[in-house]
Amino acid sequence: MKENRVTIKIPRPLYRRIAEIIEESGFSSPTDFIVYVLRDLVGATAAAETNNDTFSQEELSGIRQKLKNLGYLE
Amino acid sequence: MIKAHGGKLINRIAEGKEREQLESLAPSLPKLTLNDRETADLEMIAIGAMSPLEGFMGREDYLSVLDLKRLAKGLPWTIPVVLAVKEGDGDEFVEGNQIALVESDGEILAVMDLEEKYGVDKQQEASKVLLTNDDAHPGVRYLDTIIGTYLGGTISLLKRPQHNRFENFRLDPKETRVLFKAKGWETIVAFQTRNPIHRAHEYLQKCALEIVDGLLVHPLVGETQKGDIPAEIRMECYKILFENYYPSTRTALSIFPAAMRYAGPREAVFHALVRKNYGCSHFIVGRDHAGVGSYYGTYDAHYIFAEFDRYEIDITPMFFDHSFFCKKCGNMASSKTCSHGSEDHVFLSGTKVRAMLAEGKMPPPEFTRPEVAELLMSFYKDQ
Repeated sequence: MKENRVTIKIPRPLYRRIAEIIEESGFSSPTDFIVYVLRDLVGATAAAETNNDTFSQEELSGIRQKLKNLGYLE
Repeated sequence: MIKAHGGKLINRIAEGKEREQLESLAPSLPKLTLNDRETADLEMIAIGAMSPLEGFMGREDYLSVLDLKRLAKGLPWTIPVVLAVKEGDGDEFVEGNQIALVESDGEILAVMDLEEKYGVDKQQEASKVLLTNDDAHPGVRYLDTIIGTYLGGTISLLKRPQHNRFENFRLDPKETRVLFKAKGWETIVAFQTRNPIHRAHEYLQKCALEIVDGLLVHPLVGETQKGDIPAEIRMECYKILFENYYPSTRTALSIFPAAMRYAGPREAVFHALVRKNYGCSHFIVGRDHAGVGSYYGTYDAHYIFAEFDRYEIDITPMFFDHSFFCKKCGNMASSKTCSHGSEDHVFLSGTKVRAMLAEGKMPPPEFTRPEVAELLMSFYKDQ
């Protein structure tokens, strides 16, 4: 069975710095911290991608005009 | 407003430079002619009505939908959306290359990145999706007309299929979403239909409308089986109701361009998910939704929703029992809300109504609005 984690290499000084930052923070290891931060970032990106109900002003005007022409809007 | 299924409303209509490049490339690509169902599916994928699909399904999604009623990544999806080779084994279609998808008149509609070509067991598909292999079932008959080699891949639409009807009622998901926002509707219930709306249907819609902000009547106008009332006649019936009995501030009528699968419970979930993409928060599921003959139990289309968590489906199904006019109650009711026996209920089977209309007999106003009945009588008289 495949291991469900992979190894990612980061600069050692950065790793050491993260280890300092997380001391007494509740994160049990630099890896836990990095996974937490990455999940947060990926989640924010996904949320931005899904917010597609916001149309450009031009597109919105076009749609509203079509809806008016068809009698859906006054 | 409710998010599209999968979180993102898909747009696969090619624009700008990409469009120019594909338009110049497409004539030199191997061509596959689409049938009516595939053409409808293509357009619905492109406009986001089938979000999160970005193309016709590959094998993994197809098998997952058949076995688990979910896409390979786990999102609920109950109906295969597939593209069949039309002749032989489709040797001219090579995985990793692009192909042009064309209408029956040869007009190029789209380019597809052919990611996968795979053989399928059509009998298995029929058993799992339609729950039968009976040739009398229109969905089984459809499968008999196609070859069991499917092509999967992402599509880029270059040209909308030709439409010569219902142009004034054709709204894409992003357009219905703008409409709902402009009307100030937060919650919207969708009503799927492929039949004329009689009093029982009107009752369900108005019950639902009592608890949401707006009603979208969304009749299916894609391919249906012979014997169903033509979409043109049905649209006239809907227009009569909208003009005479529905409040324009709370209701909208727009067409649903999909082909009918007659897959009963599975299609009920599919119809709900797709309406979510149109921006609807609620969906009416009546008795024998998307059923045909006696292949499905009366309320199987209700029970299937229990196979999914509410948050996965997101759109809220509104289940309704068999409804009718009760002479003792003096109003429309359902088997859930009326205590009287069937002798007090005004209910006519489809067969009985068709026979009455064909004979020029007006069904009672408790069953159908007189204006609708007159229109239907005139249609049957001309048959």
